[in-house]
Amino acid sequence: MWERIGVILRKEFIQLFRDPRMRGLLFIPPLLQLIIFGYAVTLDVDNAKIAWMDGDGTPESRALLARFEGSGRFQVVAMPSSEQEVQSILDHGDAHAVVRVLPNFARHLARNETAEVQVLLDGTNSNTASLVSAYAAGVIADYSQDVSPKQTKNDQTIKLEVRSPGSPPVVMVSGAQPDTRVWFNPDLRSRNYFVPGVAVNILFMITLMLTAQAIIREKEIGTMEQLMVTPMRPIELMLGKTIPFALIGIVDLIVVTAGALLIFRVPFRGNFLVLLFSATIFLLTSLGAGLFLSTVSHTQQQANMMSFFFSNPAFLLSGFNFPIRNMPVSVQYLTLLNPLRYFMEIVRGVFLKGVGISILWPQVLALLVYGVLVLWFSALRFHKSLD
Amino acid sequence: MSYRRTRAVFIKELRHIVRDKRSLGLALAMPVMMLMLYGFALSLDVDHVPALVYDQDGTAASRDLIRDFRGSRYFDITGEVSSYRDIQKGIDKNTALMGVVIPRDFGKDLEAGRATNVQLLVDGSDSNTAAIAMGYAENVVQAYSAQVRAEIMNLRGIKQQPPAVEAEMRVWYNSSLESKNFVVPGLIAIILMILTGQLTTLTIAREWEMGTMEQILSTPLRPVEMVLGKMLAYFVVGLVDAILSFVSGVTVFGVPFRGSLLVLSVSTLVFLCGALFWGIFISAGTRTQVVAYQMGMLTTFLPGFLLSGFVFAIDTMPRWIQLISIVVPSRYFITILKAVFLKGAGWAILWPQLAYLLLFTTYVFWRTVKRMNQKVA
Repeated sequence: MWERIGVILRKEFIQLFRDPRMRGLLFIPPLLQLIIFGYAVTLDVDNAKIAWMDGDGTPESRALLARFEGSGRFQVVAMPSSEQEVQSILDHGDAHAVVRVLPNFARHLARNETAEVQVLLDGTNSNTASLVSAYAAGVIADYSQDVSPKQTKNDQTIKLEVRSPGSPPVVMVSGAQPDTRVWFNPDLRSRNYFVPGVAVNILFMITLMLTAQAIIREKEIGTMEQLMVTPMRPIELMLGKTIPFALIGIVDLIVVTAGALLIFRVPFRGNFLVLLFSATIFLLTSLGAGLFLSTVSHTQQQANMMSFFFSNPAFLLSGFNFPIRNMPVSVQYLTLLNPLRYFMEIVRGVFLKGVGISILWPQVLALLVYGVLVLWFSALRFHKSLD
Repeated sequence: MSYRRTRAVFIKELRHIVRDKRSLGLALAMPVMMLMLYGFALSLDVDHVPALVYDQDGTAASRDLIRDFRGSRYFDITGEVSSYRDIQKGIDKNTALMGVVIPRDFGKDLEAGRATNVQLLVDGSDSNTAAIAMGYAENVVQAYSAQVRAEIMNLRGIKQQPPAVEAEMRVWYNSSLESKNFVVPGLIAIILMILTGQLTTLTIAREWEMGTMEQILSTPLRPVEMVLGKMLAYFVVGLVDAILSFVSGVTVFGVPFRGSLLVLSVSTLVFLCGALFWGIFISAGTRTQVVAYQMGMLTTFLPGFLLSGFVFAIDTMPRWIQLISIVVPSRYFITILKAVFLKGAGWAILWPQLAYLLLFTTYVFWRTVKRMNQKVA
């Protein structure tokens, strides 16, 4: 039996590496995906473009402008002077927001009345808009506190402090800006969050697609009949068809992890063996799904469509970029059936939080149960489809 | 070029599409599935952040603050714990995203008129949610702080000091700031891209793999006719998909449509042709379906999803990625879609994007025909 498995393994590897284009396809798309995803997928707003409309033109309003420019979060790209210009800037999407200092700004301040600053946000991208709004409110509140009359200074205020564990005990900060430090991802770089998630997607897609296509190709071209007249048994054929892709998947995982560490400097706080171990268990599911796919489709096109139809939602519902917490409750329960969700949690836990099996065992267990079920079911179907 | 021969290819290809019931069904179900996902299930809006409270103080003041957190729709207080370790455990296990720690002398300090701290421990793994949640938490605490200050001043008989500068936020185009409204219009582009990547890239590669290409070559059919015929067949499917997504986006998901239907239709037609030509262009360059498929997804779906501003804003990406995105047609189409849906923009504003799409479509058409000519010769 092992001899026959060895033979088909050799055949698969020869077939995989014969076509130079195919050879490239095994490793280049994963790396390319990693790079594009890593650089492109960011929800951070570092340099929000704003337009500044100064209806007052006093030293006070210019001081506020200096605050905005000095905050490092805003870049003033235009200085409109009329309503039409404001409209056109927002319509063209030239700026994320228009800050309008209303006339009499300085006079109100001098009289101890409330001066008003209007911020017009382009809400098209709701995510960017909420971040820009929070930043702008922060700068204005900061300025407000500094120009407000001295008497309020000694009244109590509650300051916020965000800190990470192990840092010195809470110290009073007298500025308005809280000392913002955060656990696990202190610079709040979304890249650290997304890049490990890309690894999950790559491992899943590559093993699923390659397995399914390898089998269907034989059917489509008609070489499956030839394989079936050999003494090869279905279980041997199955193992021979899945082991190469499992190996390629593992190699891809290592390549992608190395890329994440070297190119993106994503922290890796956990144990690589934990990652490897859970990836192997995860492969049971993706290879099983690939086998299953090959039994239900007749052409490569059908397999492509089917796999996309199911794996894309699985990917989107795994918490990759849309937090599961934000989904409707019924959908949240649905994600419990999603193997990608568990693997995503494991990979992020290992990368960012450095947690081990003692915390991740429920996820690993879920993947194991899932994998055994899927593989068993597909193996049965695969058997039948060969008869 | 003959109209008759083009029509023959068109009909042949359409028959192929209709015969493969499963692929066709999936192609038509795709918009429904994607809309359900993006319209109902997926959202970047941050609310109901699970938070743990560690109240070291246990006075009326600290309970008031906790009540304010409970009252905010942005937070779900999932439990009150009695040590930092419990918070750490909650965050490690993903059952909480934030810990609110109220220090021991919170109530006493407030009463005595001293400044005091509230500590927030935030899981920064998901940086976006973390940043927004932190903003909300600051608002809750500041509002509480202002309220306490006002009470104390009233007691002392001091007249209230209004805040010096007030920020007035006004949101245009998407005033409820729902991520649904900015994601769903872009979906039309994504769906058309997927369709191209999945169906069109295979049309010619499959003919080569199956060996039917030789038969076609022996007919008087010319490359232009073949490209146009195949394109038109998939055009029908794409059009149905586009109409399906538009109608259900507006009716079922209530996305506002403020622009002109004419601008939308013209740009959709131009984009769809361009995308389909691109699929045929890829297909003409490869002889196996696996390679064609991978190339297709890599050049249609991936940039369409990532480099088009669909969810991820382009101007926050590194410069060189922004430069790459300049050639991505979906980028321009998605700009048009969002502007037409949300801003009600018309020709005057959108003509540069439309001009690029036209240019892209004609260029790719020309290259495809050239490539087919070479392959056939």
